[in-house]
Amino acid sequence: MRKQLRLSGSGGQGVITAAIIFAEAAVAEGKEAAQSQSYGPEARGGASKAEVIIDDAPIYHPHVEQPDIVLAMTQKAADKYYTDLKPDGLLVLDTDLVPEPPDFPNVIRIPITKLAVEQVGKSLFANIVALGAIAHLTGLVNFETVKESVAHRVPPHTVEQNMKALQTGWDAAAKK
Amino acid sequence: MSKARLMQGNEACAEGAIAAGVRFFAGYPITPSTEIAETMAKLLPQYGGKFIQMEDEIGSMGAILGASLAGLKSMDATSGPGFSLKQELIGYAACAEIPCVLVNVQRVGPSTGQPTAPSQADVMQVRWGTHGDHPMIALAPWSVRETYDATVMAVNYSERFRTPVILLMDEIIGHLREKVELPDSVEVYERRKPKKTRAEGYEPYEPDEDLVPNVADFGKGYHIHVTGLLHDATGFPVGSPKVTEESIRRLHEKIARAGDEIIHTEEYFMEDAEYAVVAFGGTARTAYEAVRNAREAGKKVGLLRLMTIWPFADKVIEQLAAKVKGILVAELNYGQVVHEVRRAAQGKCLVELCGKYNMKSFEPKEIEAAIDEMCARRDA
Amino acid sequence: MERSYEKYFRQNRLPHLWCPGCGNGIVMKAIVQAIEKEGLNQDNTVIVSGIGCSSRASGYMDFDTLHTAHGRAIPFATGVKLANPELNVIVITGDGDCTAIGGNHFIHGCRRNVDLTVVLFDNNIYGMTGGQASPMTPTGKKATTAPYGSVDRPFNACDLAGAAGATYVARSTAFHVKHLTDMISGGIRNKGFSFIEAVVQCPTAYGRKNKMGSPADMLAWMRDNAVMKAAWDKMPEEQKTSEKFPIGVFLDSSYEDYGNAYEGLIQRIGGKKS
Repeated sequence: MRKQLRLSGSGGQGVITAAIIFAEAAVAEGKEAAQSQSYGPEARGGASKAEVIIDDAPIYHPHVEQPDIVLAMTQKAADKYYTDLKPDGLLVLDTDLVPEPPDFPNVIRIPITKLAVEQVGKSLFANIVALGAIAHLTGLVNFETVKESVAHRVPPHTVEQNMKALQTGWDAAAKK
Repeated sequence: MSKARLMQGNEACAEGAIAAGVRFFAGYPITPSTEIAETMAKLLPQYGGKFIQMEDEIGSMGAILGASLAGLKSMDATSGPGFSLKQELIGYAACAEIPCVLVNVQRVGPSTGQPTAPSQADVMQVRWGTHGDHPMIALAPWSVRETYDATVMAVNYSERFRTPVILLMDEIIGHLREKVELPDSVEVYERRKPKKTRAEGYEPYEPDEDLVPNVADFGKGYHIHVTGLLHDATGFPVGSPKVTEESIRRLHEKIARAGDEIIHTEEYFMEDAEYAVVAFGGTARTAYEAVRNAREAGKKVGLLRLMTIWPFADKVIEQLAAKVKGILVAELNYGQVVHEVRRAAQGKCLVELCGKYNMKSFEPKEIEAAIDEMCARRDA
Repeated sequence: MERSYEKYFRQNRLPHLWCPGCGNGIVMKAIVQAIEKEGLNQDNTVIVSGIGCSSRASGYMDFDTLHTAHGRAIPFATGVKLANPELNVIVITGDGDCTAIGGNHFIHGCRRNVDLTVVLFDNNIYGMTGGQASPMTPTGKKATTAPYGSVDRPFNACDLAGAAGATYVARSTAFHVKHLTDMISGGIRNKGFSFIEAVVQCPTAYGRKNKMGSPADMLAWMRDNAVMKAAWDKMPEEQKTSEKFPIGVFLDSSYEDYGNAYEGLIQRIGGKKS
């Protein structure tokens, strides 16, 4: 049951952190996981891409060949990273930051960053909102496990807000 | 509860170093090796060890050599330009026989190159980067878990042979996070100690039976002299042809004598194979998948993975060349290991390069295509 | 006459390779006399040197000794000291070794205030390679790579050390042997980065190129031009000619040394005692 995920956006949006948390949750459930990323020299802005492979069997080639899911949190990332999606794959877009969705049969638009601002108070939590949505859409790991992984990874004083962000993303995806 | 956790290759390197007893790390920030320094900065003081961020790459190499002589197992990590800058002191460590581990997380060069992109183009620099003649031990892990083991092994070899050891990583493994389960303890080679007192005529560079000297740590009352000038058993420089020849020969022979024991390779799908792929580090994982796919398609292909890069696995390659019709060397460079494979194969089979140097790591299908092309050419 | 300092030398490695009349031996002796005066344990004292004429001293001194690579004595010494804080670490370096190829290590050693005593043998030239200009060759003086006189402006290594954060800075000369020994003693006593510039004569390269006469003449030049700091401070500016230079302790301050600060860090986070 190999699943290949690609989370993309611009530097500073936290897609790499989201990918790490997702991979950690999979490992916590005893699955194999390989997480990698590519990024430019910029700490903020620039293109940022994180990949996660989840499998029951050992993972050799550690990079995504054909993603099952692509998350894009900017227009540039959407245009660049959806092209090799599996034909029956899923493209998840931030509604407001990707105003022109690529021409792909299976697209889900969620106002990820807007939800982070309105429901949690800061755009900073957009990556965790996205993680909640991805967790729901993939069904690869239990929601409780993802919650634990988030709580383990984020600064202690932000756990509550991050839990809210995660739930917000999960719920938004459930409505789709 | 399972002890399995998600860990990055660079973190596993730091964890392995701690487990092997490294208690001093000097470094300088450079992509893509920086996480090793960051993790050591966090871990070392917890174990009573010391981390220092030096003013430059040369300084950090100097500091670990000083710390090693004062009795602590020491390590430094770098990439690309940093590895070039350290060459002189790598040679110093080889000449003065100072145990130390230097990690090189390879990135695209030459020069500043592509700092965040993977490459495997430092293979020859690892072997021949310094001036003068000396052997080198270099290990190239292919997983996060093996990075931990290889680091322990590198520290142990550096102590056992009193020589610098290079942990030759690549960005693929350095930045990869995957599931690992670390052992509770590892086998650690303790620092060699003098077998004689000063009164008994102790000489710091007198070779033991395995040709490795038992150099005393500083502060033990031996009053030893350490120099990068070629020296005799006393440690003092001697400008004689005989001493020079003997010193250089012994440096080589102490490693050569260990022979096959330190040459680690692995074979996959090799039974009845007519063709083989040779690969190492992150590329070997992609090669594994390519070979597995080729097998599924009924092609008789196997994989030989090199974990020890230096000393080179001459005998293993020679035996392989006698068995197969062709060897494809997959490496992220313009062709380096392929030359060694060709040399070791001694013309017994076709040896071809599957090289790549465009910032991107291999995809399995690229290596599969190269296998097909080689088979077609050989069988034509 | 008893020569109690002889036990600090490796008699079987002498005579040294320095030229007749060279000042390096005077400074080497001043170092061991300071070691004796300060009562350092010979087994617990490490001499670290770079590359060049001065740095050959380590081979003659009966301690654990480390003759490193060109310019790198301070990083090696930093590693030695941090790895084993019980060791007294004395660095021997030259003007080319310390302020040219090792310049970056020098200023950062000062900044960190690692507990080292660095003695710079300043002969104003690269002696071992045959007399090339160094960053401490005075402007206008000749060297094989400055055949018409040096155009470069030289470093004032003491000012540099002080500005970079050294906690003890002093200068003396091969002529003022007792004073030089005291300067080095003060450096050993200071727990932190101590820097002592010892002006030495190089009759073979620097002296010959610049027509400074015999070794004795060069020592006389030191006698005539070195001015004790107290006098220097009162000296009218017009008397401070380009030849004149101050000697004495320029800086003796107190700031926690790097090793101590790091031990404090280990304690603070509850790490195991090293």
